[in-house]
Amino acid sequence: MAVTVSVPTILRTHTGGEKSVEASGANLAELIEDLDSRHSGLKGRLVTDGSLHRFVNVYVNDEDVRFAGGLEAAVKDGDNVTILPAVAGGAR
Amino acid sequence: MGGVLSIRRDLVDAMVSHARRDHPDEACGVIAGPAGTDRPERFVAMMNAERSPTFYRFDSLEQLTVWREMDAADEDPVVIYHSHTATEAYPSRTDISYASEPGVHYVLVSTRDPESHELRSYRIVDGEVTEEPVEVVERYMFTHTGADDVPDAR
Repeated sequence: MAVTVSVPTILRTHTGGEKSVEASGANLAELIEDLDSRHSGLKGRLVTDGSLHRFVNVYVNDEDVRFAGGLEAAVKDGDNVTILPAVAGGAR
Repeated sequence: MGGVLSIRRDLVDAMVSHARRDHPDEACGVIAGPAGTDRPERFVAMMNAERSPTFYRFDSLEQLTVWREMDAADEDPVVIYHSHTATEAYPSRTDISYASEPGVHYVLVSTRDPESHELRSYRIVDGEVTEEPVEVVERYMFTHTGADDVPDAR
């Protein structure tokens, strides 16, 4: 068993169009390394300077990892990781 | 893409009244439509997690819920809207930097004038902004008509 990762439309160019892929790792950082080894370029879309990109939301099961340790957030087999583009902006 | 946002009047009214209600803070939300149709149908006002007059961000957990609902219903986000409360209805640099969905109509509503609003629509692809006309209709017809709407379709 592995971790199931839901990939948003904008990142599916890296997964050959797949909306759901599998990966493994003990925490989110390891999971993303593993993802990137199978789907080249994904890491660069998710991580900048060692932390999660502000343009994406990443959830482990139903929890936003920003409030659960970021890249240190623990993951385990059977978990669902969901990636969504952050929707934000404003006049400033 | 056709380079025009064709949208029902009640959905336009819903965006404008949400923007007025939350003024002077920015309001934001999404209008979902059946996947692949480019037809906005289901209005979802979102919380602005920032509660700010100059910034908005969808609440991440509410977004997860709404995106899952769309996925389950085979819908796409067709319109993503937000308001500017003191400036014109044109995408700011921040708006452009976050805009990641090439298929979405980004709608801006300006509420800086208490008497009359300004509502404009844009495509934002790879940081490039293209304004498109907004065609307000009473109901959708002819184009994008699904088989269910056509009695004789087989």
